[in-house]
Amino acid sequence: MRIVLPEALRELAGERAVVEVAGGRDEVGGVLGALRAAHPGLYDRLMTEQGALRPHVNIFVDGENIRFTGGLETGVEAASEILVLPAISGG
Amino acid sequence: MKTSARFEVSGGDTVLLLGTTKGAFLGRARVGGGWDLDGPHFPGEEVYAMAYDDRAGRSRLWAAPGSPFWGTTLRFSDDFGGSWSGKDERPVRFPEDSGLSLKRIWQIRPGSEAEPDVIHLGVEPACLFESRDAGDSWRPVEGLLNHPHRERWQPGAGGLCLHTIVGDGEPGGRMMIAISAAGAYRSDDGGATWVARNHGVRAEFLPDKHPEFGQCVHKIAHHPVNPGRLFLQNHWGLYRSEDWGDTWVDIANGVPSDFGFAMAMHPGDPDTVYIVPIESDGFRCTPDAKLRVYRTRDGGASWHPLTEGLPQENAYETVLRDALATLAPGQVFFGTRSGKVYASRDDGDSWELVRDGLPPVVCVKACVA
Repeated sequence: MRIVLPEALRELAGERAVVEVAGGRDEVGGVLGALRAAHPGLYDRLMTEQGALRPHVNIFVDGENIRFTGGLETGVEAASEILVLPAISGG
Repeated sequence: MKTSARFEVSGGDTVLLLGTTKGAFLGRARVGGGWDLDGPHFPGEEVYAMAYDDRAGRSRLWAAPGSPFWGTTLRFSDDFGGSWSGKDERPVRFPEDSGLSLKRIWQIRPGSEAEPDVIHLGVEPACLFESRDAGDSWRPVEGLLNHPHRERWQPGAGGLCLHTIVGDGEPGGRMMIAISAAGAYRSDDGGATWVARNHGVRAEFLPDKHPEFGQCVHKIAHHPVNPGRLFLQNHWGLYRSEDWGDTWVDIANGVPSDFGFAMAMHPGDPDTVYIVPIESDGFRCTPDAKLRVYRTRDGGASWHPLTEGLPQENAYETVLRDALATLAPGQVFFGTRSGKVYASRDDGDSWELVRDGLPPVVCVKACVA
């Protein structure tokens, strides 16, 4: 499963734009759990210590923002692309 | 990203630590006058807290870069910014059962020489973190984390931040912290228990102007030779306590406004304090469009403006709570939200512009390497 990273986070993934997470996990939360095991620093950028998605981080599964599709329980398939983007913010 | 040239820091150099909303900068005083500047470190990240730890033979810079997107962390450098500790580490964490998540680190305070491995952090949401191994590991101070007042603490405009930590320097001794907008709390047992200490401090924005807690304290300062005498810059109000905060008296004697954020002690004189009055909470700029630092040399009985070298017209400036610092023997520094940094080498009698055009300055610290 492919997780596409924004430029700001690539340093935490060996300068890669895409990280691959193995396995057939069926929800975003499970995919992020696998990401945590492989790249704990990267996971901490996306999630708070309470296991919640940071408020200004958006995750899209196949183009849909998971905030509107079930959050961390959003379903994923083996071919899904997970895109991480920072929310639009001023300043 | 264009950054200024790195510089080497030698023993005895005066070094400025400048935290801005877009990264950290280091300044080095040139022999003969002027300053070199190095940065930004952590470009794009806000740096509200920095510190220098020279205890036990260290020469360690601390910084707390953070992002509204990716969260906040704590990093250190043992070579004055040549390299920084792990970008992918998040050493400061609330316990999962607290229900709290770290938003920002507001204060980094190395302990006294008597406790060379103790460091405290003030964070948002309001809590104190402690390290007893020089920063290798951190834990929240339970007495504040589980304080019964917590559920009634309300954030100020900057957030529910614990921004000030002072103490008597004794192991297991007395400490005072300040939270916006919960007020001042004191511990007499090294942090195990905490009691609100706001008697006499106004809360202009509440129906009850003198509650037990809920004041919006902006800064507290004291001098190590007389730690029980505290000075307090409030959200409206300027105070002194002679009894470790049991009681506070108004000392806004001759200031153009008793609203302000920043406050710093003279390093060599427990009667000398610096502040930068701000016109009001509605118009957070220097009064009369004049950039004036005010100094008392008599413990607050009188205050006098320091203006030489500072703009005295069209200066709509703001100096935030951690953007004013002092360094022995008589150096004073401050930074503004408009990105200017000023320095004085004569107790504030005159000022030089260190740099203009930086991002908004939110933290100024100074040290001798």
